[in-house]
Amino acid sequence: MSALLKVTDAHVAYGKVEAVRAVSLEVADNEIVTIIGANGAGKTTLLNAIMGILPLTGGVAFAGKDILQLEIEDRVATGLSLVPEHRELFGTMNVEDNLQLGAFRIAKAVAARSFERVYTLFPRLKERRKQLAGTLSGGEQQMLAMGRALMGAPKLLMLDEPSLGLAPIIVADIFRTIGELRAAGVSVLLVEQNAQAALKIADRAYVMELGEFILNGPASEIATNARVAASYLGFTHEGESKI
Amino acid sequence: MNTTIMLFLVQDGITNGAIYALLGLALVLVFAVTRVILIPQGEFVTFGALTYATLSAGNMPGTAQLAVAMGVVAFGLDLFGGRRSLHLRLVARAFAINILLPVAIYALTYWFAGKNTPIAVNIALSLLIVAAIGLFLYRLVFQPLAHTSVLVLLIASVGAHLALQGLGLVFFGAEGQRGPTISDAAFMVGPLRFTGQSIAVYAITIAFIVGLWLFFGLTLYGKALRATAVNRLGARLVGIRTTLSGQIAFLLASVIGALSGILIVPITTLYYDTGFLIGLKGFIAAIIGGLVSYPLTAVAALVVGTVEAFSSFYASNFKEVIVFTLILPVLVLRSLAAPEVEEEKD
Repeated sequence: MSALLKVTDAHVAYGKVEAVRAVSLEVADNEIVTIIGANGAGKTTLLNAIMGILPLTGGVAFAGKDILQLEIEDRVATGLSLVPEHRELFGTMNVEDNLQLGAFRIAKAVAARSFERVYTLFPRLKERRKQLAGTLSGGEQQMLAMGRALMGAPKLLMLDEPSLGLAPIIVADIFRTIGELRAAGVSVLLVEQNAQAALKIADRAYVMELGEFILNGPASEIATNARVAASYLGFTHEGESKI
Repeated sequence: MNTTIMLFLVQDGITNGAIYALLGLALVLVFAVTRVILIPQGEFVTFGALTYATLSAGNMPGTAQLAVAMGVVAFGLDLFGGRRSLHLRLVARAFAINILLPVAIYALTYWFAGKNTPIAVNIALSLLIVAAIGLFLYRLVFQPLAHTSVLVLLIASVGAHLALQGLGLVFFGAEGQRGPTISDAAFMVGPLRFTGQSIAVYAITIAFIVGLWLFFGLTLYGKALRATAVNRLGARLVGIRTTLSGQIAFLLASVIGALSGILIVPITTLYYDTGFLIGLKGFIAAIIGGLVSYPLTAVAALVVGTVEAFSSFYASNFKEVIVFTLILPVLVLRSLAAPEVEEEKD
């Protein structure tokens, strides 16, 4: 199993405060990996640093290449893509333009195929393609953010809290789509507070607490881990109420 | 007041206003994309105008040398910036843009200068020279500061303005110059006399605004520029380089500035430092447009031009005072209307 993304001994600091400490992580080809943890554990910070938005010390390799020195734009060119927590859409531009810009770096012919693929994944976006991104509902904006990222045909899609602030029925829709991405050959690194949903679709999981990984393993094992169940899944196994 | 005079003043105001509109649009564009308040916009105007006037007089303008010199420094910066991963393609690209381009422009200018060249060639050469200066100004001054605050960028902008104005004095001297008109034709509509030059001002302004509108609405690079203005992080996340957007914005701004200068230098005598005041009026229009709205800026520019025309008729000593006073009620209204002070994100 070759690692598509390999992060080794990563530290990320805001001034003197270390938000992420000695974190190592791997995502393989065609794998869905999730990082779960409470608010403020450092999950978003880690994703942003992998993308190059925040400075990181340690090692980040993608598709066998060291990308630590690369700017955000050049990391995008290697096939790494981030759907950030705040989505960062182009609010005063329409859906189609947002998607077209997602394919800014790739050839026109490839972009045409990307359009088809994204519209198949999210038929809603096709209906709304002339609407301004800023006027879409929360769920549609999330779909657009994911669609825009997919337009660039990434090898790995990093999703930061895709379910944040969305109605349960839309969350189910988004998670179903994440599952479909694997079939399309896209690996996913998913950061979620909705641990239950995340663990259901993921192959492997990391549990983050106060800037460090305290647990990792196959998602099914993590889901049945007593400590995780108590802290993140909102219920305790009988007889294990004290940990 | 009689109607004829009023019509004259309105006509004069609209001609000036059209120029301010172009400059205001350039300011809004540059600010939206790079957060730079482009004080040196006025220098683009004077450089364009006086380069054109110098070429028309059959001399070699100093701005062509400036473009080459700035290119050499930019080449050095590019090599230094990419020193970790110097490969042939990067060096070749930097060489082509920073050395070959300005040298080619210089050679062309040298070739044509002194001969009895047609006006169109002189205009094209002036635009090319100032465009190169605008491009390198971004590379030398603003690209290295791209991550700093609006205030730092503003201070750099003032510095660039002073430096370019000083160079303008060196190149063109302290005397004012005029350039030849694009067209000497004139015709009367009722009491109003329309000169070919004023028609050229309207036509080129409208053509440029339509052109910009098409560029931003239809082309991928135009959309990328808008995207950078709307959401810088979002743009970077889809792989749009902030530096590329900055370069395009500065290129457009310098061409617009130079073109404005070329359009007015047959009408008014321009000195090496006149551009600042002209740019400032475009700036007022841009401020009235809140530094975001293109249509509002264009309308405000026409108002600024008209107010200027009327005040130069009734109280010519206070002409500038009255024009710049326009900004006060706008600022008061804007500060009252603004719901809260937005924190600067980056």
